[in-house]
Amino acid sequence: MEKKIRVLIAKPGLDGHDRGAKVVARALRDAGMEVIYTGLHQTAKMIVETAVQEDVDVIGLSLLSGAHMTLFNDVTKLLKERGMSDVLVLGGGIIPKQDAPTLKKAGVSCIFGPGTPCEDIVEFIKQNVKK
Amino acid sequence: MSNLTNRILKGDSRSIAKLITAAENNSSELADQMKLIHKHSGKAYVIGITGVMGSGKSTLIYELAKAYRKKGKKVGIIAIDPTSPFSGGALLGDRIRMTDLAIDDDVFIRSMGTRGILGGLASAVYDTIEILDASGKDVIIVETVGVGQAEVDVVKIADTTLVVLVPGLGDSIQTIKAGIMEIADIFVVNKADRSGIEQIVAELESLIDISCIGKDRKIPIVKTIARENKGINELINEIDKHEHYLRNTKIFNIQRKKRYEAELVEIIRKRLMNFIFDESTFKEKVEKLIDQISKKELDPYSAADEILSKIIK
Repeated sequence: MEKKIRVLIAKPGLDGHDRGAKVVARALRDAGMEVIYTGLHQTAKMIVETAVQEDVDVIGLSLLSGAHMTLFNDVTKLLKERGMSDVLVLGGGIIPKQDAPTLKKAGVSCIFGPGTPCEDIVEFIKQNVKK
Repeated sequence: MSNLTNRILKGDSRSIAKLITAAENNSSELADQMKLIHKHSGKAYVIGITGVMGSGKSTLIYELAKAYRKKGKKVGIIAIDPTSPFSGGALLGDRIRMTDLAIDDDVFIRSMGTRGILGGLASAVYDTIEILDASGKDVIIVETVGVGQAEVDVVKIADTTLVVLVPGLGDSIQTIKAGIMEIADIFVVNKADRSGIEQIVAELESLIDISCIGKDRKIPIVKTIARENKGINELINEIDKHEHYLRNTKIFNIQRKKRYEAELVEIIRKRLMNFIFDESTFKEKVEKLIDQISKKELDPYSAADEILSKIIK
């Protein structure tokens, strides 16, 4: 049987805007992936433990509150501690361009800002997910 | 014993998750691991939860899991959602109602797509129950996809099957009909603060009166308001009573045998399908036969004979 790509879409922190996360979740589902959506207000620990239990290949973090430098970092750090650094981590939401290099260094492979076509995200995942 | 099995027996969640993935993908290393797992399983009690969409199954499971944790029990949860037959993708959203359980080390939640299996379960559910069981979980709760009328396979795997209903879905008992009503060991009427509660309970009672004639156990009805954590202890009490009933009457062992039978059938089905449709040498042959059928050069029954004669000597 063909292996399915499993993706966790998570909303870390306190912002309550999940329209974007839901649109992306749907697009990934329609591209044949299994998408686990956990809802709002997740701590980094919740996200990482969920990723462990669900054995996901990809984590998509959506954040619009401005706390991405702290919260994305917390997630990638915890992932490393749990031996999950092979998971592809992506970011989305309102994230200034100049923050992207620092986030990349921390382990967030790509940032998708507002207006990104969903196909770009699907394609990026297919190209970069660990086989 | 392999390292992976060892880690699973110790309850390591990363190893549990990896083997469940292998079960879902039916990977080549799965069988060897499951052979080691089997003798360590069989201790956990399996609760199946089914019911109409939007009846509050996930919230109910969340409250049940919390109540079992308070009793010191370790809990495994398998939450099944439908896979799209068109894209093959799935949106698995049952965890939304259970978020803070994620950081409890003694709770393991796995979301699963049905991946083409009808009946309300996923093919990997049998292996997943064995894995969670061997990892030391005391209670395993399986949530099926929201049911229509035919998703009754949960009885094959559960020791106790809960059918969840809600008031105010019109004539809800009519809409879910025979199969679903027959598999309940306990009826749960959730959202019991809604209007129409007396009506649905009365309908259920008359249905139970008829269906339990001549039987030594009457199916109980438990009213719950899962969101407010009401009725949960009563529900656990009824589950405990049902477990005692099963064990006292030896029905427990009969049911467990049926689960292993269903598991065996599923393993054989998967291997056969794999052999016929995925093995490269055979695949060409099958495609040729399908081609012949469509051109009316061959009928499907003769084609089936030909395929099976290669397997059954």
